[in-house]
Amino acid sequence: MSKEITIAEMPAGLEGPGFFATSLEKAIGLARANSIWPLPFATSCCGIEFMATMGSNYDLARFGSERISFSPRQADLLIVAGTIAKKMGPVLRQVYLQMAEPRWVISVGACASSGGIFDTYSVLQGIDKVIPVDVYVPGCPPRPEQILDGFMQIQELVKNESLRRRNSNEYKVMLGSYGIQ
Amino acid sequence: MAEITNTYVSEELYKKFGDAILSTDEPYGMLTVVVEVSSITSVVDWLKKHPVINAHFLTDICGTHFPQIPGKELCAIYHMQSMPNNYRIRLKCFVPITKPEVPSLTGLFPSANWMERETYDYYGIQFIGHPNLQRILNVDEMDYFPLRKEFPLEDGSRTDKDDKYFGR
Amino acid sequence: MNEFDDKSIEQIEEPEYTTLNLGPTHPATHGIFQNILKMDGEIVVDAEQTVGYIHRAFEKIAERRPYYQITTLTDRLNYCSSPINNMGWHMTVEKLIGVDIPKRAQYMRVIIMELARIADHLVCNAVVGVDTGALTGFTYVFQWREKIYDIFEQVCGARLTTNIGRIGGMERDFNDEAIKKIKEFLRDFPKIFDEFSTLLERNRIFVDRVINTGPITAERALSYGFTGPNLRAAGVDYDVRVINPYSSYDDFDFTIPVGVNGDTYDRFMVRQQEIRESLKIIKQAMDNLPSGNWYADVPEFYLPPKEDVYHNMEALIWHFKIVMGESDVPKGEVYHAVEGGNGELGFYLLSDGGRAPYKLHFRRPCFIYYQAYPEMIKGGMLSDAILTMSSMNVIAGELDA
Repeated sequence: MSKEITIAEMPAGLEGPGFFATSLEKAIGLARANSIWPLPFATSCCGIEFMATMGSNYDLARFGSERISFSPRQADLLIVAGTIAKKMGPVLRQVYLQMAEPRWVISVGACASSGGIFDTYSVLQGIDKVIPVDVYVPGCPPRPEQILDGFMQIQELVKNESLRRRNSNEYKVMLGSYGIQ
Repeated sequence: MAEITNTYVSEELYKKFGDAILSTDEPYGMLTVVVEVSSITSVVDWLKKHPVINAHFLTDICGTHFPQIPGKELCAIYHMQSMPNNYRIRLKCFVPITKPEVPSLTGLFPSANWMERETYDYYGIQFIGHPNLQRILNVDEMDYFPLRKEFPLEDGSRTDKDDKYFGR
Repeated sequence: MNEFDDKSIEQIEEPEYTTLNLGPTHPATHGIFQNILKMDGEIVVDAEQTVGYIHRAFEKIAERRPYYQITTLTDRLNYCSSPINNMGWHMTVEKLIGVDIPKRAQYMRVIIMELARIADHLVCNAVVGVDTGALTGFTYVFQWREKIYDIFEQVCGARLTTNIGRIGGMERDFNDEAIKKIKEFLRDFPKIFDEFSTLLERNRIFVDRVINTGPITAERALSYGFTGPNLRAAGVDYDVRVINPYSSYDDFDFTIPVGVNGDTYDRFMVRQQEIRESLKIIKQAMDNLPSGNWYADVPEFYLPPKEDVYHNMEALIWHFKIVMGESDVPKGEVYHAVEGGNGELGFYLLSDGGRAPYKLHFRRPCFIYYQAYPEMIKGGMLSDAILTMSSMNVIAGELDA
């Protein structure tokens, strides 16, 4: 095992003796991307794979997610892992609404992304019918490596997001299309 | 204890209930008895309390739908077993879809509660005497019984499935 | 006579209760259940359950899918031990079409099923540990669950939803790597498991916490339809593997652990002991693994080897026909039960000879015994209610079908 400690890469900026200057956006992006608190919304099989991802072998904590937040108020990232039935849809939406901005959503697995093999009267055909989704992770269930990859994609998004994005008109229109004010 | 045979049980059933036993069969070695709806509770109670058969455990309740048999469209299927005797028996009762009423077994087995609710949820079989006959798995607002054969499996909201590619 | 006579003061008959909504998404429920608890301080007075939050209409899908495509559904019933469900379903179909499976395939199935049982019980017991505040056991034991997944990966290519085996046997023989991994697991795991046991089994804090938590008597358990470890914890030695031996379980020497009080400690200990018994069974099966074929001669149902399917036209057509359900199935009805991770997993299959079952009902043990939950937690503390639920091992996917 390597003893090296890797630290996050420095953003571009001006550097001189005793000072380093970069844009606020990049500094905040860097901080946010490496301290994402996920809220696992695990309903079924993918939840078990998510447990494995959190477990010691795959260790999601390496990515700055040591703290799994079970309270939506303190969470940055909603990880929806598993089938969402129509009965569950309003609950999921409620949880999303309770999260504070900025918030991101990963849809883990085929069921959450599209209904998967359950094209039935009782299953919501993809969570993007009720809430906006940032990253879709395919698989039934995805392997922990895939979930980690999805997580890293989210980190990229977070790192490069403009600070103004959440106040922009496009964002409001997008939320409005889900009926969220 | 002597092993209990299907012949023994069906003879005992005929002796006790006579006309209420509509038919018996043994598919794959399990005694299957079609029972008159009105006497299902007494048959189950009798099987449960019978000193020799001792079918004290209600394994399962489910329903099914036969649209092709008029007057007997819905069917409630019960599996019972006796753990000490290692004996299993299946009971069935048929009811018309216009009046799908079956007496509830909740008085005999607490475990029947949810199984009957599930069967009601799927097929709309009314279990008379059930303390809380509501939908259990589906949303309360649902206005049909989804496992009846005439209802589609698929969710109607999908737009990405073009029927012409699926031969429908 | 005092005007403030006792009788003139209105007596408060009913103490004030608090309503507490536990779920549907609560980190401590390990699944999607809602319980509306009526609380008197910290004591649970009454509970009302709502289930169905991940109802996926398995039974309706099963009426529309050919026999092979149902295996994928069974994976997602109790996803902690999917191989048991897969093989239970395959055995049900084999019973319907009347095939005898070669001994080697039966033994291979037993090995896989017992590994799955270990994986299932490990999750449950690790989570009981987590809910009492001992996260160590969870992180430690999950590494070893990964080893079981590695074995499944060697045997079938998937980790969790395995889709393992075929109607008529196993898909392929164990390769050398799989056999090596099983042997390594048998060699190393008991030591690790003993360490896990010493963390909890005799730990004063744990024992005080779980004894007399959520107890149920044998009589009530039977009337509520309990099966599996939860029934055995209440003192009834009922196990499908012994009473209706399937897949050559009668060849193996193992004991059925039973508890006394049916409380959380007994449920925990029964599972612990069952893991040890499962290891014994796997060892016996590995030692006596018969030679021969790993599939029965049922070309109507047993899929042709994948290599042929890719390179051979006839095999491809044959494969396609089986998967699309063009095989002849006899009419009839069968009930077949296997001992799943948490009880008697039954398949009631009614066939009208068509490409899909006319009716397929899954007897899901969780669904039936979870009804007893309010009765078990009444009069206990709220924190005990959480422990009772995790020790009952209620799996949402199985419960809601």
